[in-house]
Amino acid sequence: MEVLQPILAHFNHWITIFLMVAGLYVVVARGNMIKKLIGLSLFQTSVYLLYISPGKILGGTAPIIGDNIEVYSNPLPHVLILTAIVVGVATLALGLGLVVRINEVYGTIEEDEIFTQEDDDE
Amino acid sequence: MKLDVVLRVVTKLMLPFMLVFAVYVQFHGDYGPGGGFQAGVIAAAALILYALMFGLTSAMRVVPTWLVEKMIPVGVMIYGGTGVVSMFLHENFLNYDALDHHHTVHAQEWGVFLVEVGVFVTVSSTMIAIFYAFGGRGR
Amino acid sequence: MISHHLPVLIVLVPLFGALLSALTSRGSVSWGIALIAMVTTLAATIGLLSEVLHDGVISYEIGGWAPPIGIEYRVDLANALVILIVSTIAAVIMPYARVSVAKEIVEDQQAWFYTMYQLCVAGLIGIAVTGDAFNAFVFLEVSSLATYTMIALGQSRRSLLSAYQYLIMGTIGATFYIIGVGLLLTITGTLNFVDLAARIAVTPYDRAMLTALAFITVGIGLKLALFPLHVWLPNAYAKAPSTGTALLASTATKVAVYLLIRMYFSVFGIDNIIGDFPVLELLLVLSIAAMFFASFVAVFERNVKRLLAYSSVAQVGYMILGLSMATSTALTGTLVHLANHALMKGAAFLAIGAVAYQLGSVSLEKMKGIGRVMPVTMGCFVVAGLSLIGVPGTVGFISKYYLVVAAFEKGWWWLAFMIVASSLIAVFYVGRVVEVAWFSEPDKKTSELKEAPLSLLLPTVVLAAACVFFGVDASLTAGLAEAAAKALFGGSL
Repeated sequence: MEVLQPILAHFNHWITIFLMVAGLYVVVARGNMIKKLIGLSLFQTSVYLLYISPGKILGGTAPIIGDNIEVYSNPLPHVLILTAIVVGVATLALGLGLVVRINEVYGTIEEDEIFTQEDDDE
Repeated sequence: MKLDVVLRVVTKLMLPFMLVFAVYVQFHGDYGPGGGFQAGVIAAAALILYALMFGLTSAMRVVPTWLVEKMIPVGVMIYGGTGVVSMFLHENFLNYDALDHHHTVHAQEWGVFLVEVGVFVTVSSTMIAIFYAFGGRGR
Repeated sequence: MISHHLPVLIVLVPLFGALLSALTSRGSVSWGIALIAMVTTLAATIGLLSEVLHDGVISYEIGGWAPPIGIEYRVDLANALVILIVSTIAAVIMPYARVSVAKEIVEDQQAWFYTMYQLCVAGLIGIAVTGDAFNAFVFLEVSSLATYTMIALGQSRRSLLSAYQYLIMGTIGATFYIIGVGLLLTITGTLNFVDLAARIAVTPYDRAMLTALAFITVGIGLKLALFPLHVWLPNAYAKAPSTGTALLASTATKVAVYLLIRMYFSVFGIDNIIGDFPVLELLLVLSIAAMFFASFVAVFERNVKRLLAYSSVAQVGYMILGLSMATSTALTGTLVHLANHALMKGAAFLAIGAVAYQLGSVSLEKMKGIGRVMPVTMGCFVVAGLSLIGVPGTVGFISKYYLVVAAFEKGWWWLAFMIVASSLIAVFYVGRVVEVAWFSEPDKKTSELKEAPLSLLLPTVVLAAACVFFGVDASLTAGLAEAAAKALFGGSL
């Protein structure tokens, strides 16, 4: 059990790292443009967790001032991540928009097939 | 197009509640979780539900595309404009204290209210614009 | 009163310009708004610069919240220089934009192009002016999203693909940066640059800190196209509309280099980085690789826009080289090269854009004898090319002079040799274009062409003239860079 202790104590970081690496892997390994964007989203989501999880203080409550409350969670990461989520949504929307247009002009969203078409052009 | 009567009635019942809930979330932002972003998304969701049920054409009759495209910059302008107003009132950009120098708490509330209105306008219209852009493809 | 608000006005003016452009649907009206916004921004920047020179560091509290809790805009010499580069280039290109954009982009998308142009400028200036690590990320994404859209507005279907690939790479880069900042936030509990620097100075330089540094370096490295993270750049530059290419090539990578300098010198502290892990040595090797590899690829490139893009990767190598030597002279070289490279690449891309306007192509085979029918345009290209090589009397020489001197100061004579050797490769790629443009007979189609219209020529000539002017009298650029480098080394922010 003592061996597991340091691993379990940082379980939030393990989840973060898993999401991060999994997302990045999907971006690199997949040729389908939509899947790449999903991987990118996953990668960005891991960052949300990276920020939010250390902001929680054990026994702390939501950072709204009230009577008889002394311990509050840190509100800063939530605000930052709200901004990051908006940025992520904007990126995803633009990326999907580009994929729709690419599908219209190339007739496919597989990168290999698009590159073959491009090579034929030259 | 013939629609399922249950879906149509349920949608019509839900729409007013969704819109009112959007307004509730918008104003509740002063006291608890909520605010322009969430409210904007809920309001946009109401219109998107309408479009899914009754077709894109009828949704575009309610909120035309040109209006949506103009609303996006207008919302940001309401936000930025609030900041510029405080600059004209001899304070730093976005310092809401400038809106009422005697009751700064009151001024802060006003400032946040105005900024949230801007956020609501931009977020709801952006969401609708994205939906229109994707939904209108290939027609 | 207005002078107090200058640090925020330089971001607000392009932002509001972008919003007004988005409200109009006519391309020409939108262009007018953009022109006014860019000129106003330039005027505000000059005012800000004179204020910094006169009073020293300026701090502006957004919303009246005092730092480190509130977001602070902080202007010292280093970012004043970078902001000056961005707003000058953005304003000079504007007269060019009207004719070029009218030809390359369909009417109902022109207003959107100017919206994105101004948003991009607002974002780039924002990165430079802010004193907050997270705020820098937000501005980074504002400028990047505008850039992706700008590239996608290009003529060919390849533009969409380039924009998509840049979106993937750019987002990974920005996310890496934000991971690094998140780790710093967890370690120190703050995001303000000054506060971060103060807290890092008293924190042991442990593995978490090194991880943060690594993530930030790789993230910004992707944005500034540090070899081997440069693969997105050639396609993005080659496929964007000519106006967009000129803006991006002269400003986007420079701002990213600035952010890296800020992180290394002002936040982490260069003494910390010199520590046990060889970060700077790694950057040194990569920058030398960029100088040689990218120049070498450029020699064999047939598309002139791509040729110049690869040359940009090589030139970024020189900038990072100066950073990685970590001496005051070398950093001066980097900072002065930011300005100089903006001028020469701006001139080169504007000249090639003018060729594309008249000829409809930028492939080398079709440019035979183009110098004889468009002498002014190609003359400007030659001046820019000489600057890229680093011939004395041009701005390129000034930057390389500082870098070579810095190498000798360190006793690294081999490095001085390599800087000169890599410049010789530039002779080949510039020489190929010059040879085709001036020394081959124009074919029938080319000989019927005329010189580019005046509105295209004027900005090109202005930038080319600046390449010579600041090459002869470098007191403004080099003087600013030297003072900025001294301040960065003083550890003050």
